[in-house]
Amino acid sequence: MEKRIRVLIAKPGLDGHDRGAKVIARALRDAGFEVIYTGLRQTPELITVTALQEDVNVIGLSILSGSHNTIFPKVLRLMKEKDMSNVLLIAGGVIPDSDIPALKAAGVAEIFTPGTPTASIVDFIKANVK
Amino acid sequence: MANESLKSKVQAYNAKVERSLEKRPERKNLPHNRLYTPLDTEGLDYESDLGFPGEYPYTRGVQPTMYRGRFWTMRQYAGFSSAEESNKRYKYLLQQGQTGLSCAFDLPTQIGYDSDDAIADGEVGKVGVAIDSLADMEILFDDIDLGKVSTSMTINAPATVLLAMYIAVAEKQGVAVEDLKGTIQNDILKEYSARGTYIFPPKPSMRLITNIFEYCSKNVPQWNTISISGYHIREAGSTAIQEIAFTIADGIAYVEAAIKAGLNVDDFASRLSFFWDVHNNVLEEVCKLRASRRVWAKVMKERFGAQSPRSMMLRTHMQTAGSMLTAQQPENNIARVALQTAAAVLGGTQSLHTNSKDEALALPTEDSVRVALRTQQIVAYESGLGDVVDPLAGSYYIEALTSEIEQGCWDYIQKIDDMGGAVAAIEKGYIQGEIQESAYKWQMDVENKQRIIVGVNQFQIEEKPLEGLLRVDEAVGVMQKAKLAKLRAGRDNADLTTKLAAIEEAAKDESKNLMPYILDAVKAYGTIGEICNVMRKVFGEYEAHVSL
Amino acid sequence: MDIVQELLKGSSLALARAITAIENEYDEAFSMMEKLYPHTGRAHVIGMTGPPGAGKSTLTDKLAKQFRLQGKTVGIVAVDPTSPFSGGAILGDRIRMNELTLDPGVFIRSMGTRGSLGGLALKTSDVVKIMDAAGKDIIFIETVGVGQSEVDIMKTADTTVVVLVPGLGDDIQAIKAGILEIGDIFAINKADRDGVERLNSELNMMFDLNQNEVDWRPPVQQTIASDGTGIDELMTKIEEHIGYLNQSNELVIRRKQRTRNEFLALLEEQISRRVLEKITVSGELDSLVTSLEQRKQDPYTIVFGLLNQYLR
Repeated sequence: MEKRIRVLIAKPGLDGHDRGAKVIARALRDAGFEVIYTGLRQTPELITVTALQEDVNVIGLSILSGSHNTIFPKVLRLMKEKDMSNVLLIAGGVIPDSDIPALKAAGVAEIFTPGTPTASIVDFIKANVK
Repeated sequence: MANESLKSKVQAYNAKVERSLEKRPERKNLPHNRLYTPLDTEGLDYESDLGFPGEYPYTRGVQPTMYRGRFWTMRQYAGFSSAEESNKRYKYLLQQGQTGLSCAFDLPTQIGYDSDDAIADGEVGKVGVAIDSLADMEILFDDIDLGKVSTSMTINAPATVLLAMYIAVAEKQGVAVEDLKGTIQNDILKEYSARGTYIFPPKPSMRLITNIFEYCSKNVPQWNTISISGYHIREAGSTAIQEIAFTIADGIAYVEAAIKAGLNVDDFASRLSFFWDVHNNVLEEVCKLRASRRVWAKVMKERFGAQSPRSMMLRTHMQTAGSMLTAQQPENNIARVALQTAAAVLGGTQSLHTNSKDEALALPTEDSVRVALRTQQIVAYESGLGDVVDPLAGSYYIEALTSEIEQGCWDYIQKIDDMGGAVAAIEKGYIQGEIQESAYKWQMDVENKQRIIVGVNQFQIEEKPLEGLLRVDEAVGVMQKAKLAKLRAGRDNADLTTKLAAIEEAAKDESKNLMPYILDAVKAYGTIGEICNVMRKVFGEYEAHVSL
Repeated sequence: MDIVQELLKGSSLALARAITAIENEYDEAFSMMEKLYPHTGRAHVIGMTGPPGAGKSTLTDKLAKQFRLQGKTVGIVAVDPTSPFSGGAILGDRIRMNELTLDPGVFIRSMGTRGSLGGLALKTSDVVKIMDAAGKDIIFIETVGVGQSEVDIMKTADTTVVVLVPGLGDDIQAIKAGILEIGDIFAINKADRDGVERLNSELNMMFDLNQNEVDWRPPVQQTIASDGTGIDELMTKIEEHIGYLNQSNELVIRRKQRTRNEFLALLEEQISRRVLEKITVSGELDSLVTSLEQRKQDPYTIVFGLLNQYLR
């Protein structure tokens, strides 16, 4: 069987707006990836345990609620503890440009701001998953 | 015959069009029909299909003189950070001429968690104001006379709690509860299908909603007990027809639940209100509104046998489409919102929120929300759009499209009825699936340039990030935690424990109306988390199990 | 990391990596299976199948929690269809098993069908073996039971639970016949809906007709997974089946049959793959097909020729 890129798409925290996450999940499916979609109210713990069990190549988080500076450090710390440094962490949603450099420095591989075509996300994943 | 002559003239026109298309092909993704003539409105009966404004079936508006007597309420959704900050913003907006208040609560509040709950970490005060208890509510409305202002509160699962808090504040201000005017969104079904801030499962949630209908019909008769919402369904990606169809299906479910709970339709139906999106396609939005009024009027009269005209009127608030705001070239959003405002006014809305130019990126600053408010005022005072009632009526296109949207709506309602109603359709994932399909199609159209979004997939520029955006201070979370600690230390905890226990007992008894019990606990300074946790214990929590 | 060692010591990371290795057929996968194989054969495998929307995931979630209360560790393999167009898949069964994710005694893995019908049952069986070697007492396999490959997957199970819903509009006849035959227990989920009694009688009529020599008549249990109704009873029936398998020696018979079938399936798959590889790589395949189209040769001659050439 051929290898597939496996991506976890999740909505962390309390934000319930999942239009973007669902569109992305579908676009990734149409690009040939296996998408594990776990929906709303995911905690950093749930996200990282799922990512580990599913041995995903990518974790994609969608945050529109402004809680990104709390969520991402938690997720990154848990990923480190679980020895998941080979997993790509990407994000989308409403994340101010001014917050992006710090998040990237902390280990978020890329942040896809509003208006990004799904094709760019697919290309990024294909280019960066080892 | 005039019609035959017209038909042959239409054919001649179409022949000319064919020739013209060769030299001038039409743009992509246009509606199928390019022109409407009297042939398209054959069979339309003025009296039964349109009627007069303020008369069944209310196609032309729910009030005879509409904006000539009173403009729509200019009601900007606002709230962020602490009650103190939001109070300032409310006062600012009232000073600038807005005519109603609209409260945005943060996610922990919307989902019934206190600011010091672990799950609230990072979320406190971010998308709305943090309200943990009556103490916060008192600050929120400090120096705002609840007897003189109408307030809309976007709160759903814990609507009982926030309504109780509002009533308690009013009482402290010396305002008679029966004089209170306002709205609570209180629409749990769209939370399950599109918005996500649910707490309890459907059955107990419907009980809470009907409790509110009953309580308000007796005690707060001027209060709009529900804002049956299509905005979020549209924002989640649905089409215009789906927006009104799924919302009206939800409305049908609420009316059925209330009747089942023993209420008489004319006792509560006049206080049901709606909440629509106002999207970019101006004329489609106008027709959507007109169609929605006609459908609801027929539903209330024919399906539910309502007798009172007020039970059949679809009164609505609208909000300009957040999803159509762009992060790119944010000034353009002002133009978008102006057009959307025109659509809402031509369509006959009762109340309107206009988005600010920076809202694709953050909550609005004072300056940007002022421009959004001015947009409404300019349309009101300068554009003339509100000077004649339902001015677009009679247009061949407008009437044909209104009827087409109406038919599409009925088709969906039938499908949902066949599934057993809105609750069943949501449990099956049908409504979510339809919304997702539309959302995906939209995105693909944008990426294939079948649909142009100015500044995003055409007319882009190199730009620097917008500066001066509003940021919610992370310290709010810390501050709220401190407030909570102080509150818990300072109140009569023994008294509160009794009141919480009373809620638990009453919750177990389906025949009890929970509002008085919740009001008691709220006045004893029970927190939203404490009160909701009691209800969680009895009702359980909703488990979302619909995937893609 | 030595995956096998770590896996046997209980590392979830190693377990996850091992599954990936076998799914993607990494080079080390086969020696890994060699080392793990002696550690398999302990777990009790429960298949959960049925039409989409029946509530299999929710039921699996509830049953897994029951087994956890008994102190047993649980593995769950959730198989979802891969898009034949894109090769991708949305694997969404976990959404109904959120709480289990945080239970260290539970390991959940989602798999796509990846378009390879023949190989899927083998792959699923390998994943089950890996979870077995990792020490899971109970392993659930969850599939959407609408195709032959799903029927084949269920043959990996010791106990197969078929989950149906009343009033779906499908008669039992419409559901894949094979699934109904391999069902050991039938659950009528969402039993608060109309049509329960009719479905119940249809099932029982079918069992009356198909009574074979084995003394296990599939019980039918009504459940409402969302609120837990009937779960205790369903658990009891599963435990009864496990008891029956052990006492009657059925388990030994079934597993022997399964081991045999899996071996043969693997043998068949690998042989055809080897030959196919040879003729695809060399470009021979296209010219062979052309030769057939032009009636220059017949298929039997070609096939026997290839076997002689490549299987000496």
